[in-house]
Amino acid sequence: MKLTLKVWRQKSASDKGRMESYTLDNVSGHMSFLEMMDVLNEQLISERKEPVAFDHDCREGICGMCSMHINGEPHGPDRGVTTCQLHMRKFNDGDTIYIEPFRAKGFPVIKDLVVDRSAFDRIQHAGGFISVNTSGNTQDANAIPVPKHDADKAFDAATCIGCGACVAACKNASAMLFVSAKVSQFALLPQGKVEAKRRVLNMVEQMDKEGFGNCTNTGACEVECPKGISLENIARMNREYLKASLSSE
Amino acid sequence: MALSALFLLIFLLQHFAINITSVFRADTFNELSHFMGTNPIVQYVFQPILIFGVIFHFTMGFILEVRNKQSRDIRYVKYNGNANASWFSRNMIWSGLAILAFLGLHFVDFWVPEINTKFIEGNWEGTMAGIEGLRYHTELVHKFENPVRVAAYCIAFVFLAMHLLHGFTSSFQSLGANNKYTRGALRKFAVAYSILIPAGFIIIALYHHFNIH
Ligand code: HEM
Ligand code: SF4
Ligand code: FES
Repeated sequence: MKLTLKVWRQKSASDKGRMESYTLDNVSGHMSFLEMMDVLNEQLISERKEPVAFDHDCREGICGMCSMHINGEPHGPDRGVTTCQLHMRKFNDGDTIYIEPFRAKGFPVIKDLVVDRSAFDRIQHAGGFISVNTSGNTQDANAIPVPKHDADKAFDAATCIGCGACVAACKNASAMLFVSAKVSQFALLPQGKVEAKRRVLNMVEQMDKEGFGNCTNTGACEVECPKGISLENIARMNREYLKASLSSE
Repeated sequence: MALSALFLLIFLLQHFAINITSVFRADTFNELSHFMGTNPIVQYVFQPILIFGVIFHFTMGFILEVRNKQSRDIRYVKYNGNANASWFSRNMIWSGLAILAFLGLHFVDFWVPEINTKFIEGNWEGTMAGIEGLRYHTELVHKFENPVRVAAYCIAFVFLAMHLLHGFTSSFQSLGANNKYTRGALRKFAVAYSILIPAGFIIIALYHHFNIH
């Protein structure tokens, strides 16, 4: 198929940036979206132009690097997939495709489609961990009984790959789905109880500091999340936060 | 935000319950209005709480909207909001502003004259008279004579319905309640409330407009 691509080009963080238009012939429906981008870059290189910078790593939907806002949606029109798992058969011959970086104050653009998502790392550092004694007498995790239902929910939350699609989709650029997944995976387990209070307060504080917006429950994040992280996690985090704010240490 | 919203939802129900009586029996409406207008607890406790609640709600709403806009300092060239969220949920500020405009009209229509008569002119006659002499129902009917006002009133309630279709369940999620019950029975109740209560207010307005007493 033949496609018109409108791609965000920006030389550096300080450059203003603009949309540029390219045409690509011979795109196969079997290609993944990133393979299509590779073809575009080969074409640009052969024309002695600067290739489009974009993030990617695993190309199998597990690393969360491939951030692209495609035709107005993070990771494009398909559901439950990352950009690397999106196939060109989802598009039609003659389509125009808009490709932009994830937009949020907390995710500044580094170059072209590459954004800086280290804000997520700093949120994790603020509380996304448990402290265990690893000095040789570590208790086997399986020795602590956990109800199956809780274990399942914690595992579901832990499948978040930190891709940032939730932020990119949200009209408020809110990071609540990501943070709530990271809070929930521990809040549901006995291992996470010790630091529960500090965790939720510190992570939410860091989230606000990074400039992410406030949740107004539109649900866009849940729809766009490639891992199907549920809004239930946001409600759980709200509960944890209320509890933590009302009690004293 | 969510707490003030829930408070407003309860207030709205109570307001509706009183208004609907005006359709069935003028005397009941007069008696209830008389009670609300003269009872010191209603006037000096609930009324200030309500005023505070409304002001708090829309002020917080504006602050929230401004902050959230700032969180995406560079906009998308193409943003397909319809793909993943309802129009109502994305436009709470517009439905809210429409309600606010209506509240302005509502104050000029009912509240200001009432407070003026009672507290500024010191005229408590309408409230003191026997049931037959109460003026509330007559005033109400009089207000709904003007078709422009009735139209504005109806449109405002359509916006209120939009606001609540998202807001009702949103407030529960904000408070941390998301479970089988809130997604099932409560969700159904929220939709029913959000459509039926505003529709009810509209019907009351139309009833008084078209019904020649
Ligand atoms: C006075 C004018 C009003 C304005 C400017 C306004 C504005 C807003 C805004 C901006 C939001 C938050 C945005 C969001 O959640 O997406 C909101 C939420 C809400 N509003 Fe209003 N509103 C007004 C009146 C009302 C009234 C009269 C009611 C109820 C009878 C109401 C019920 C709600 C509810 C239930 C929520 C959801 C709260 C939450 O999710 O925590 N609002 N409003
Ligand atoms: S919650 Fe979903 S969309 Fe958000 S970062 Fe995690 S995997 Fe990505
Ligand atoms: S490249 Fe790893 S998830 Fe897409």
